[in-house]
Amino acid sequence: MMSTAGYVAYLFIQKDSLQRAAFYLLVISFLCHSATIGYAFVKSGHFPVRNLHETLSIVGWTLTGVFLLFQYKYHLKILGVYAAPLATLIMVVVSYLPNEPVQARAIFNSIWLVFHVIAIFIGEASFALACGVGFLYLLQENAIKSKQRGFFFKRLPSLELLDTTGYAFIIAGFTMLTIGLISGFVYAKSVWGRFWSWDPKEVWSGITWLLYAALLHQRLTVGWRGRKAAIMAIIGFAVLLFTFFGVNFILKGHHGEFTKL
Amino acid sequence: MLEIVLLGLNHKTAPVELRECIAFSQEEADKALKTFQESPAIGEVVLISTCNRVEILLTTDNKPNAVDTVKMLLHGFKNIPTAEFEKALYIHDGDDAVRHIFRVASSLDSMVVGEPQILGQIKEAYKAATVNKTSGVLLNKLLHRTFFTAKRVRSETGIGDHAVSISYAAIELGRKIFGSLEGKKVLLVGAGEMAELAVEHLIRNKAKNIIVANRTFERGVKLAKRFDGKAVRFEEIPDCLQIVDIIIGSTGSPDLVVRRNQVKKVMRIRKNRPLFFIDIAVPRDIDPEINKLHNAYIYDIDDLKDIVDENIENRQQEAMKGERIVDEAVIRFRAWYDNMDVVPTIVALRNKVDNIAKSEINKTLRSLEHLSDDDLQAIRKMANAMTKKILHDPTLLLKSNGFHRSKSIYIDLTRKLFKLDNNTEE
Repeated sequence: MMSTAGYVAYLFIQKDSLQRAAFYLLVISFLCHSATIGYAFVKSGHFPVRNLHETLSIVGWTLTGVFLLFQYKYHLKILGVYAAPLATLIMVVVSYLPNEPVQARAIFNSIWLVFHVIAIFIGEASFALACGVGFLYLLQENAIKSKQRGFFFKRLPSLELLDTTGYAFIIAGFTMLTIGLISGFVYAKSVWGRFWSWDPKEVWSGITWLLYAALLHQRLTVGWRGRKAAIMAIIGFAVLLFTFFGVNFILKGHHGEFTKL
Repeated sequence: MLEIVLLGLNHKTAPVELRECIAFSQEEADKALKTFQESPAIGEVVLISTCNRVEILLTTDNKPNAVDTVKMLLHGFKNIPTAEFEKALYIHDGDDAVRHIFRVASSLDSMVVGEPQILGQIKEAYKAATVNKTSGVLLNKLLHRTFFTAKRVRSETGIGDHAVSISYAAIELGRKIFGSLEGKKVLLVGAGEMAELAVEHLIRNKAKNIIVANRTFERGVKLAKRFDGKAVRFEEIPDCLQIVDIIIGSTGSPDLVVRRNQVKKVMRIRKNRPLFFIDIAVPRDIDPEINKLHNAYIYDIDDLKDIVDENIENRQQEAMKGERIVDEAVIRFRAWYDNMDVVPTIVALRNKVDNIAKSEINKTLRSLEHLSDDDLQAIRKMANAMTKKILHDPTLLLKSNGFHRSKSIYIDLTRKLFKLDNNTEE
């Protein structure tokens, strides 16, 4: 449901006149998706992040949600070309993954966990969008620098808008990531009795956090903006992806079961 | 039948010296309209006068006579020997005249194809004609169609898209970098017509704080005053780089005025806020190497010219689509115009009344089955006679020749009174 609507949105969004239609389609699909997740929540009594199917589904949902929120605020229509297909891709992957209920353990029932998961995912969705804006920035910057006004020059917004939007995404993402990490620590303390256990996921999350912290710091002090900021946003997201998938698949840790196939 | 005739001269047929002489001011145009109308050869008339063209659109039932009258009046009005402007004058009639006015209004015939002012100028001219009551049924319809067509061309083709002047192309680029130009600070180095035009465009886009640096300080002060900005000495340019966003280079200096290492130093202080250099000087003022720095963008005169050429080419392509729309509009107008004659109107009127009579008779006779064939024949005959008698006087009036000026009014009125035109498109 989500994926088809998202896909249609993608097709539409490339045409400017149909952009509004696509936007509302995306809103509808987001609402449907919310209902589905809410239903799963009520049925199982747990926040539905017990296997890769459910986890990714939530990722797609937050991505759409964050995109819609920013779209509302910044009117960066062109970003839909990136966000809608990405959400669609995620949901297509989700639909191919088996959804076998995993035996829930008592430790999953904590408000801190829900908080932790939601905050982290919103942060990740923001970073994903920051990465997308980064790509668009590089495309447009290249068009202006090289003086080759191609396909994208007319369609992309100004550098300034791309830069500020990317910055806003990074700030939002960083804030949520920080909140997510802190709630994760609190949760870990309540379950395992310690804040930090050198779990690979924790280590990589820390690395990701430091990376984005560095980006923000550089921007505020020496003014890392434009091209450098865009490249950093893309690198940051690559590291984030590794933290999300790579660590779970390659390295072992107590986060592993969330992404079990 | 009244004919639509257009006389005119434009930038293609007449040099500017001649256009200057013939151009009409508002008051002159009002006076000319009245004089034109007093002439028995001319029915309705609209006069369009801009710096690039003078067009006189009129209806007449005697074209050679009307043309001579216009020439004579132009000669009388402007005190120019007829021979001098006769060669530059083009005369169109019928479809050609209609096509010409459509093309002019759609800016397909303009010096800069797609420039938007001409439509407004024609609207003004039409307003003057309506105020002076020199425009009637035919030209009203024609001008309304003209506005409709011009709007269609503008909205359905990209004829008005993209900058076709150097200074405007620079502004458009600035928008791609900064988004809005509101509140951006501008440094103008040197002076020059193109640079000043660019600054004016920037001010219109709400750029603020114009700083002018000129070799001769006094000149700079003068220029700064014009833009409501401030003047600085040439040596202060490196300091200015810290605070401005857009730099326009336009000096006659043989050397570079802004160098790479100057900008590099400044970028750090600016926290990498983007800098946009517009270099319209030849030889160049701004080190092209600066383009390699992050968040600094340079466009020199050749780059801007490339953009303009590309855009002009685009417009030319879009103009072809515009021609197609105009052709369609001409055909439609022709259909309306043909019906505005006496014979088609009488035919349409007779058909309408006949059809009403026939359908009513058929309705009535269906319930009178006891009547003999002879009776039916008699009733039909009577109805026929009635329609003929009713239509006799209106037909005579329409056919009479006593009112050349107002004939189209009667035809128009008849068509409206009996709703003879079923097409809803206006």
